[in-house]
Amino acid sequence: MNTRLRQWLANQKVTSRFHPSWILIAVGASLAIGLLMWLLSESVFRHERPSPAVSVLPASTQRLPASEQQLSPPANDSALPAAEIIRTVRLGRAIFTDTQTYAKAYVGNGLNCVNCHLDAGRKPDSAPLWAAYGLFPMFRDKNHKVNTYEDRLAGCFRFSMNGRAPAYGSKEFVALMSYSYWLASGAPLGTELAGRGYPKLPPPQQEPDLVRGKQIFDTQCAICHGADGQGTRVGTRYAFPPLWGPHSFNAGAGMTQIKNAAGFIKANMPLGQGNTLSDQQAWDVAKYMTSQPRPADPRLGRP
Amino acid sequence: MKVKLTRLIMTLSMAMPMQQAHAEVTGAALAQQGAPGVPACLSCHGARGEGLAATGFPRLAGQSTAYLEKQLRAFAGGQRVSPQMQAIASALDDSQIRAVAAYYGKLPGWQAAPSANPAAAAPEPWTRGQKLAIRGNWDKEIPACFACHGPAGEGIAPHFPALSGQPAAYTRSQLKAWQSGTRSNDPHGLMKSVALRMSPAEIDAVSAYLANPLPLSPEER
Repeated sequence: MNTRLRQWLANQKVTSRFHPSWILIAVGASLAIGLLMWLLSESVFRHERPSPAVSVLPASTQRLPASEQQLSPPANDSALPAAEIIRTVRLGRAIFTDTQTYAKAYVGNGLNCVNCHLDAGRKPDSAPLWAAYGLFPMFRDKNHKVNTYEDRLAGCFRFSMNGRAPAYGSKEFVALMSYSYWLASGAPLGTELAGRGYPKLPPPQQEPDLVRGKQIFDTQCAICHGADGQGTRVGTRYAFPPLWGPHSFNAGAGMTQIKNAAGFIKANMPLGQGNTLSDQQAWDVAKYMTSQPRPADPRLGRP
Repeated sequence: MKVKLTRLIMTLSMAMPMQQAHAEVTGAALAQQGAPGVPACLSCHGARGEGLAATGFPRLAGQSTAYLEKQLRAFAGGQRVSPQMQAIASALDDSQIRAVAAYYGKLPGWQAAPSANPAAAAPEPWTRGQKLAIRGNWDKEIPACFACHGPAGEGIAPHFPALSGQPAAYTRSQLKAWQSGTRSNDPHGLMKSVALRMSPAEIDAVSAYLANPLPLSPEER
């Protein structure tokens, strides 16, 4: 080895500008600096690294890949965060469960956030807030840019609520972000958590069919959502949300995509009987629902 | 021809309100006096259809007419098992069923007493029941009662009965009846599938709460 090194050194051309041992010095120095930085980061950040995510995970799931991690948001009754933020978190929960009252000015239909995000944004496979919060900022194909969590909330108001977004930094947005943040206590950042979004069903075995879909709708869905899908009101408010028509989400909403609708329906509908429909039934009834008329996508007809 | 048609319309228009009035009389008479083989409803369900807490006889007042009709038919047909009600419902003919259901459907529904503080009487089960009724327990796939039975438990006609103001013993007995199968007249088994996931403590809790419910403010939900 030594002989070889000496030979190699001898073969290098020595000029006034270059000496072969400089290579060795440079490589050695880089390694030394790297090692030093690694040691520093280990000792400085070891105690500061937040580890609540790990502490809430059951021991058996800790070694699973990130996408299999289970996370339970704080129980609805558990202590809310420090006093300064408690009112904001509560306002966020109120906006979320009663959007018609607490964010009335920004809503253009009869829906509340909780209609698609069940259990006040806590239920897995129902687009839970705790699984979404830590994934932002995120690049989205929907608008071809990096979206902050506020951008994402704005999208919900614009499309799913067929309204307009509150101003960035407004009390509504701060409250909704605070509520999401609280629900995401202990969740790792940038990690796909089990239960995020709506489940991705395997492709349908048969092409989703309107006639079969209508049949399922009439027998399974209509007693709550109405024979015409227009929801059921108690007084002026919807007790069961309208699924299409003027008071439902507009054509730009994620729920108008059949794969989202099918996943949501399969996991959550009929309410209290999630996962009782077959995949094919979920695809068929999603096809029926997404084929119905609804308010136009606000992005169309604009430059 | 024209005269005949006019006469027919006149006869019909006179007959229809009369028939309606007749139905109301029959409904009220059945409720208050009964009929041969049918004891007066009020003897168990209270003078104003408010039910009887001690025995768990349900409140009928303010329940939707369609729901009450369906229950009477279910008693007669055995989808709801109750020896007393099966005998009574079987003795009623179709028009009597419709009349008595309409009578109770028109009576005022439950109202919270203005100064009620039911949490003070039975703090633990009541407050636990409040959360179950309003939030559900999704860890066990139990939706909130009020997700289907109306935001204040006032019922959503025709399928989802009013729960608010029902005697605790009645609500408890019905949840147990869904569990055991002695009641099976729910659409798509919706209520059975929920009841089967409820623990005895959860049943006690919602039953205590629903007898005298108060809302949670949205900030508390």
